[in-house]
Amino acid sequence: MTLFQEYITYWSEDYTSILSYMYEHIIIALTVITLSVLFTVPLAIFMTKMKNELVKTIIFNIANVFQTIPTIALLAIVIPLLGIGFVPAVVALFLYSLLPLLRNTYAGMNSVDSEIIEAAKGMGYGTVQRLFKIELPVALPYVMSGIRVSSVYIISWTTLAALIGAGGLGDLILAGIGYNDTFMIFTGTFIAIIIAILLDVILGKVEKVIAYS
Amino acid sequence: MIELKSIEKVYEDGFQALKNIDLAFEDGKINVLIGPSGCGKTTTMKLLNRLVDYTGGEILLDGTNIKDVNPIELRRHMGFVIQNIGLFPHMTIYNNVAAVPKLLKWPKETIKERVVELLELVNLDPQTYMNRYPSELSGGQQQRIGVIRALAAEPSIILMDEPFSALDPISREQLQDELLRLQSEINKTIIFVTHDMDEALKIADQIILMKDGQIVQKGSPKEIIANPADDFVKDFIGEKRLAAEQELPPLDTFISESFVSIQKDRSTAEAIEQMTAHKITDIPVETEEGIYYGSINLYHALANRDKKLSDLIDSDTYTVENGTETQQVIKQLDGTYTTTPVIAEDGQLVGTLDPYKLLHEWHVMSETERGDQ
Repeated sequence: MTLFQEYITYWSEDYTSILSYMYEHIIIALTVITLSVLFTVPLAIFMTKMKNELVKTIIFNIANVFQTIPTIALLAIVIPLLGIGFVPAVVALFLYSLLPLLRNTYAGMNSVDSEIIEAAKGMGYGTVQRLFKIELPVALPYVMSGIRVSSVYIISWTTLAALIGAGGLGDLILAGIGYNDTFMIFTGTFIAIIIAILLDVILGKVEKVIAYS
Repeated sequence: MIELKSIEKVYEDGFQALKNIDLAFEDGKINVLIGPSGCGKTTTMKLLNRLVDYTGGEILLDGTNIKDVNPIELRRHMGFVIQNIGLFPHMTIYNNVAAVPKLLKWPKETIKERVVELLELVNLDPQTYMNRYPSELSGGQQQRIGVIRALAAEPSIILMDEPFSALDPISREQLQDELLRLQSEINKTIIFVTHDMDEALKIADQIILMKDGQIVQKGSPKEIIANPADDFVKDFIGEKRLAAEQELPPLDTFISESFVSIQKDRSTAEAIEQMTAHKITDIPVETEEGIYYGSINLYHALANRDKKLSDLIDSDTYTVENGTETQQVIKQLDGTYTTTPVIAEDGQLVGTLDPYKLLHEWHVMSETERGDQ
């Protein structure tokens, strides 16, 4: 039997478990991305309106610290606090994803030409109207690129969630390492890559739809 | 009517940007705020739509204190054009121009008509440009959009903050001409900030010259050039411009007092005779008391020889009031009439303008100017 045929057989025997790992993986990653966007984007916008440089520096440093902790260590740290499973994994990955999103959104909002903001103000846009009709749409490419980059990272980091019992494709890879099974390792990795690429493409389309609406 | 009364602006760090500004902007005119950078001209303009708040005094807009008006409402009813154009890059030209009408919730159809009308006003084909994005337009075209965007909601006041200074000289000239043409149609109260004296002299009805947060001099371009308040103003206007404006001798020099005129009760035949004898095509008519009454044109008289003189008098002819500045007279002479009557304040016919003397003076002047270079 050729290698390819063996691989097909592996899929046909194990596809239910592969798909459930994949499903778990997607759920964890999407939860993290959603929470992270909902938390970080408003925070970054708020920070661009903030005058106090010290508070901004502190917030960035906190986000920085989470980013510098090795992923495995961060996952380990949450176990005594939150135990094992889905919730601690989401919390750890969420903390981990703060920095790239925060930085990109903040930079995006700051990139809006001060002349444009002045024009909007002078024309009679209120603060909220200005934010939603001018500043956010202009900053959208930056914000979206932050979301896309972070999403790809999160899909990849989610494989580590298996270490604290949250499941996902990491389980498949870890099992593969345990059984010295190349197929399992390869499949876990390959699907994670595909999910990451697909998500990036989808978010790209979403950006276009928002930009032209 | 916008009035600034004893306006003071002190920043938090103690810097006093404006000192005791008393100023009235002329309604329906182009008011130009000019001065070196840091003189407070932009600050003064931004006080009006409350982008900057003053710390003392009050500003009255048609008698209402602007601090009693919601700043957002206030701004929607004042057009605003900024230096670097500031079009919204993510919106089409249509949406840019429609921005304020949309904020004011105008009906869609009205907005559309207005946008089309405005684009046509600045000679940009609506079908071609409406759906383009600002980045697809040249700098000059973009600032045209900037100007009509400010006009969109039909504000009576338009604030312009050095609107043409970022453009190349040719586009700048074109836009200045276009602004003057537009203004002759729309008659808005325009507050225009610039640091370019040529621009100010070209477009202003009233110039307000500022320095170190104070008004140094205000008046029409002519008044300022004729009577600069001090050395700073002279410097700012520039020696060359002052010289060019002042070299022309006063109007008196060009009045010919040995003029031909005819009294109102004479006959048409007499008028024709007078004109042919003196080789002129127009003759001023005066009353017995010497009050200017109108003018008779030779060809008109020849064609209507059978009519009475009083029926042929054209009282709409161009006349010059004695004491007007020569420069202004030259600007208004259009050559339709060979004889330009000069009248005194009480209506007395003083004489006629001697075009040959005027031409001679002009010739001598341009000779010396050429000699200077």
